[in-house]
Amino acid sequence: MNVVLPQLGGGIGKATIAFWHCSIGDFVKKDDDLVEVATDKAIFNIPAGAEGIVKEIYVKTGEDAAVGSILARIEISKLEDREKNDNNR
Amino acid sequence: MEIKDLGLVAFDEAWKIQERCVNQAIEARDKCFLLLCEHPVVLTLGRLADRKHILLSDQELLRRNISVVPVNRGGEVTLHAPGQLVIYPIFNLENSGKDLHQYLHELEEVGIDFLRLFDIVGRRISGKTGVWIGEKKIISIGIGVRKWVAFHGMSINIAVDLNLFDVIHPCGMDVEMTSIEHEGKNSFSMEDAKKKIVNVFQQRFGEDS
Repeated sequence: MNVVLPQLGGGIGKATIAFWHCSIGDFVKKDDDLVEVATDKAIFNIPAGAEGIVKEIYVKTGEDAAVGSILARIEISKLEDREKNDNNR
Repeated sequence: MEIKDLGLVAFDEAWKIQERCVNQAIEARDKCFLLLCEHPVVLTLGRLADRKHILLSDQELLRRNISVVPVNRGGEVTLHAPGQLVIYPIFNLENSGKDLHQYLHELEEVGIDFLRLFDIVGRRISGKTGVWIGEKKIISIGIGVRKWVAFHGMSINIAVDLNLFDVIHPCGMDVEMTSIEHEGKNSFSMEDAKKKIVNVFQQRFGEDS
């Protein structure tokens, strides 16, 4: 699952990575704070969309990212996969 | 809108109360809070703040009993002290279009409306979030947002000792700070100021927001 910088409001095309709550290899649960991004005087928390392992972090702290760009990738845990399969039956 | 007047409260203590309110607002999406308080002297550093904007050494800060607290809000270094009204609105921005800059703009408008009640003309300066009187800053703003619930907020210099700001470059800028008292309006109490700011928030965001 990709972690994407969401729309933050009109006229906001990019944000600066302010703080990573996780590192590559960390296990994260759904809704855990993953990364904080800054725009003007606001810090926005992006949570994990699913439980799994953080496999990649593409943008470092202090760097800018465009709205819609991929910030990180989470490999969804097998448990989550099983639940997803169960739900699809 | 639930109003909580915390009085003079340590920054850390107020942060714990904020966190509890934020969690409640995330759980019950229609719940919102307005926390009002003053803090003993403290410096807070936003996520991307630069330590060099604090002009004192660690030893000197210790000697003056000034603590420095990193916080998860936007903006640079900010000073809080008695005589400054700190407002933490904990609002769900899903109800107002999920727009961070629009919300910051609304907070600036609240500040300008509030100052008007003291016959003071506040203004915004493009690219410098906050409220200004001429070139002097009177209201600082910085927010955090989790699951579209906003926290932290704004601090208004009512009758704060302006000399305290000499220890920092407020918001990372070389700016002069001012206060309502310094602008010649001093015939009111902090309690009056709190009542006024609550009214302004309720008018702008609605009592039920």
